[in-house]
Amino acid sequence: MRHLLATRNLSYDNAMAILDTAQEMATVSARSIKKLPTLRGQTVVNLFFEDSTRTRTSFEAAAKRLSADVLNFAVKTSSVSKGESLKDTVQTLEAIGGDAIVMRHWASGAAQQLANFGWSSSAVINAGDGTHEHPTQALLDAFTLRHRLHGLQASGKDLNGLHVVIVGDILHSRVARSNVWLLHTLGAKVTLSGPPTLMPVGVTTWPVEINYDLDALLTQQPDAIMMLRVQAERMSGDFFPSAAEYTRGWGLTNDRYKTIEGAGTLIMHPGPMNRGLEISAAAADSAQNTALEQVANGVSVRMAVLYLLLAGQPGQ
Amino acid sequence: MVQEPVRKARTVMSESDIHRVLTRIAHEILEANRGVEHLMLLGIPRRGVPLANRLAEKLAEIEPEYVVLERTGQLDITLYRDDLARAESRIPATTIIPPAGIDNAVVVLVDDVLYSGRTIRAALDALADIGRPRTVRLAVLVDRGHRQLPLRADYVGKNLPTASSERVMVQLAEIDGGDDDYTSDQVQIVDVMH
Repeated sequence: MRHLLATRNLSYDNAMAILDTAQEMATVSARSIKKLPTLRGQTVVNLFFEDSTRTRTSFEAAAKRLSADVLNFAVKTSSVSKGESLKDTVQTLEAIGGDAIVMRHWASGAAQQLANFGWSSSAVINAGDGTHEHPTQALLDAFTLRHRLHGLQASGKDLNGLHVVIVGDILHSRVARSNVWLLHTLGAKVTLSGPPTLMPVGVTTWPVEINYDLDALLTQQPDAIMMLRVQAERMSGDFFPSAAEYTRGWGLTNDRYKTIEGAGTLIMHPGPMNRGLEISAAAADSAQNTALEQVANGVSVRMAVLYLLLAGQPGQ
Repeated sequence: MVQEPVRKARTVMSESDIHRVLTRIAHEILEANRGVEHLMLLGIPRRGVPLANRLAEKLAEIEPEYVVLERTGQLDITLYRDDLARAESRIPATTIIPPAGIDNAVVVLVDDVLYSGRTIRAALDALADIGRPRTVRLAVLVDRGHRQLPLRADYVGKNLPTASSERVMVQLAEIDGGDDDYTSDQVQIVDVMH
C-alpha cells in the first residue's frame, strides 16, 4: 500500500491489515501514556478544502499519538483562495517537508489525481472527496462492527455473513459508497434504503440489495443499521418534499426504534446526528448506538493507516 | 534465474535440552528474586511468548503461589523498532499486560534469541510507556553474541558462538507445530551459502 484513496480497490488483505493494526493501536489509546515513537520525525499535512472539524481533529490526534508532526492547512485562509492550483499547493507543502497528505476535497477524484499525476512523492490519504469515497470512515465503521461482535478476539476476523442496512441519502454520500465496497470485500451483505430520488443511477450494478421499505427491513433484524446524515443543503432541493416526510419514511423514529430495541441490531451514525430528523433521541442515546465508539475507533483506524503507509518502505 | 541458497542446518539444542534449560532458568529466577514476590514474565512475540508461558508453568510448579494467568503477559515491540523504515510495514502483534500492571513489578522479559540487542532496547522503551517496574531482567533461550548495544541477559539458556552469516532458527510447537518441516522443538544453526 502506497496511498489510501478508496475502499473500492482496497484488497481484502490490506483491509484486514488495517483493522488488525487498529486493534493494537486501540490499546495505546486506552493507556495513560497515549503516545508511540513510531513516526518520529515524519510530517503529516492536513489539507482540507472542505470544513471538517471532526475528521481533521481525528487525523491530527492519530498523527500526534504516533509522534508525527502535523501541519494544518486551512484552505480558506490560504493562497488557494487567491487562485493557486492544487498542484502548486501540494508541491509547496511538500517543499516545506510533508511525508503524507491527508486531503478532503469537494471534487470527486481529487485524491486520485493527487496520487497518480506524479505531482508529489507523499503518501496520499483520502479524507473524503466529493460524493466519491471516504475510506477511513468505512474502515472505522467496519472496525466498530467487528469490535462490538468479537471484542478482544476480533483480530483476524472479517464480517462474513453479517447483514448491514444503510439508510438515507445514498446519492450524495461518500460514506455510503466507501461502506458498500468495504463491507462487500469483508463478506457482509449490504441493503440500501432511502428515498428513491436519492438512489444513484447505476446502483443496480453495485453488490447490494435495495429495499425502500425500512419497516420491512427492520423486521429482518439486521446486524447493523447505518443512518446517514441528512444534509441541510439537500433539503431545499427536489429530493424529498419535507423533513417530516423524510422522517416518516426513513428516519429511525421512536416507533421504529422500539421494533429493534434490545435486539442485536447496532445503530451506527457517522455524525453529527440530526436528532429528530434521521434519528430519534431515544435511538441516539440507546446502548445500541455506536456513534461515540465510532469516533474513538476513528483515531485508532487512522493511526493504523498512517503507520502502515508511513512507517515502512512502501510495498506493492 | 535466482538460485536457491544451499542450506546446511545443524541442531544445537534438542527438545529435551530446551526443557532442561527452561527448568534451570525457572530456578535461577526464583533464586535471584528470593521467591515469586512481584515477579512478572513478559514474552516478546513471537517465540518469546510460548517460552514465557512455559517458564511460568515451571515457576508455578515450583512455587504454587505464582498464579500463571495473573503474572504472565506479552509485550510487542514492533512500534518501537529502530529499523521500521528498512522494511515493509508489519502488523503489530498483541501486547497483553496482566491487570495488576507492571508498576513496581519485577519484570522478566523473555525472548528466544539475543543477537544485536535492538529488540531488547525497543522492549525497554515500550515498558517505560506502560509503567515503572521496580526491576527489569532478561531471559533468553540462546545468546548468539554480536551485540550492537551495551546490553546483556541475566538468564541464558545456552551461549552459542556464531558467525554473522549464520542464522539461528528456533522451532517451538506452539508456533511452528503446524509447519511441514516441524518435527520437534529444537534450535538449529543454519549456514546460508550462496
